[in-house]
Amino acid sequence: MTLLGVQNLSAFYGDFQALFDVSLGVTEGQTVAVIGANGAGKTTFLRAVAGALPVARGAVTLAGRAVGGEPAHALVEQGIVLVPEGRKIFPSLSVEENLQVGAYRKRRGPWTVERVYRLFPALAARRHQPGTNLSGGEQQMLAIGRGLMANPRLLLVDEISLGLAPVVVKALYDVLASVKHEGTTLIVVEQDVSQVLAVAEHVYCFRKGAVALEGEPARLTREQISAAYFGA
Amino acid sequence: MVWVDAAVQGVLLGGLYALFATGLSLIFGVMRLVNLAHGDFSILAAFVAVVTVQTLDVNPLTALVVVVPIMGTVGYGLQRLALNRLLGRGILPAVLVTFGLSIVIQNGLLEIFSADSRRLNPGGIETASVPLGGGLAVGAFPLLTFALAVVLLIALQLVIGRSPIGRAFRAASDDGATAALMGIDTGRLYGLAMALSLAIVAVAGVFLGIRTTFTFSSGPDRLLFAFEAVIIGGLGSLWGTLAGGVILGVAQTVGARLSPGWGVLTGHLVFLAVLLLRPSGLFARSRRVD
Repeated sequence: MTLLGVQNLSAFYGDFQALFDVSLGVTEGQTVAVIGANGAGKTTFLRAVAGALPVARGAVTLAGRAVGGEPAHALVEQGIVLVPEGRKIFPSLSVEENLQVGAYRKRRGPWTVERVYRLFPALAARRHQPGTNLSGGEQQMLAIGRGLMANPRLLLVDEISLGLAPVVVKALYDVLASVKHEGTTLIVVEQDVSQVLAVAEHVYCFRKGAVALEGEPARLTREQISAAYFGA
Repeated sequence: MVWVDAAVQGVLLGGLYALFATGLSLIFGVMRLVNLAHGDFSILAAFVAVVTVQTLDVNPLTALVVVVPIMGTVGYGLQRLALNRLLGRGILPAVLVTFGLSIVIQNGLLEIFSADSRRLNPGGIETASVPLGGGLAVGAFPLLTFALAVVLLIALQLVIGRSPIGRAFRAASDDGATAALMGIDTGRLYGLAMALSLAIVAVAGVFLGIRTTFTFSSGPDRLLFAFEAVIIGGLGSLWGTLAGGVILGVAQTVGARLSPGWGVLTGHLVFLAVLLLRPSGLFARSRRVD
């Protein structure tokens, strides 16, 4: 079943158009990679789907229902959750409170504070410290854990590995595998192409605010991706 | 003994100032909004109490049951219909709008209630006193005011520190856009913060009206004292607000004991001294400046 449908999605920052008629579909349970160079529109795409940017009503559908233009908090209620670029941990809240605030909408589902701690034992040890005391990798774990606490149907993760050590990145991808195992649909925005293509079932390469290439990673050649990424 | 007496009276007066300051501090903390009509809302609440006392023939303290929900509703409506539209555009638009609101409230009260000064009469408690021994006695009513301020601050501290809505207040205070991504309806949350702010200042207004006389134009003085208490105590700290209120109250009563005309002046001088020596306040919670 198609969980997320995107039809002719355009998005603007003031007069500047950042997305041009993007259309795509994501099947429930799939893991999808969105790749592309800086400024290709990847983050804008996630923000538009999550309700952080104004878009046309019919441009985004969730399980067949038009949800485009609904505010972000209403989309969280329906299961679309964005882990934002730059982690955006709340500095006044402890690690545990950051997780609890993720569950603000009290959606039913498998994720609890204890389960997130099992997934990220590093967080459990520092549960009472301020969230911003953590290292970059731990903050990314906290941001993902906070997103999971909303029990999302569709989890959008922006720039998951930006600025992190390879060993941390590998751990985060292992975690995504167990999130996927719960049946959560994932869209991961990534600049580290080789890493994300190993876990994704479908990839979209963005360039200049539009989809330049899409397909199953196994069926795409390096040359095709490279051409779509940088422009032929 | 005269000075001990002055200090004790000042501490109790500080409880009332803390009640005025708490709501101001809360909304600045949650949404960086400066409400210049805060004092006028307290006087509005006192006039609502006057009407309630007259129509229902009840004690002003009982009238709080009516006044507090009314002011809370006014706060929620005001925030959702007007002030939410001004957020995210810097501090100035909200300052201008609440300044205008302050003038509207004062002139509305003048139109309806005339310029006569009023007082709320709770039937005896305002003149009762509690002996402390050694020739000292404190008014029962100031003592009640102080106790209520402490109880309200403890309750508010618990709500903000422990409850989901309190976490949402703190998260939205850090970063409203990211709070929305967590499913927090920030428009509604800000409405609740303003409702809470005006509910607390409604209590302060009614207690002020029992303690002393008030007119349509008593609001701005209250706002000034509330600002001073917040700044002396330090932003972001509820106990700092109580301490700020107490310091201001003691400065005023001790000053008034030196010479009857000096009370307000010494209060201002202590405030200016704190502003010079510790601009972030005496008990500011260290937090990121953004």
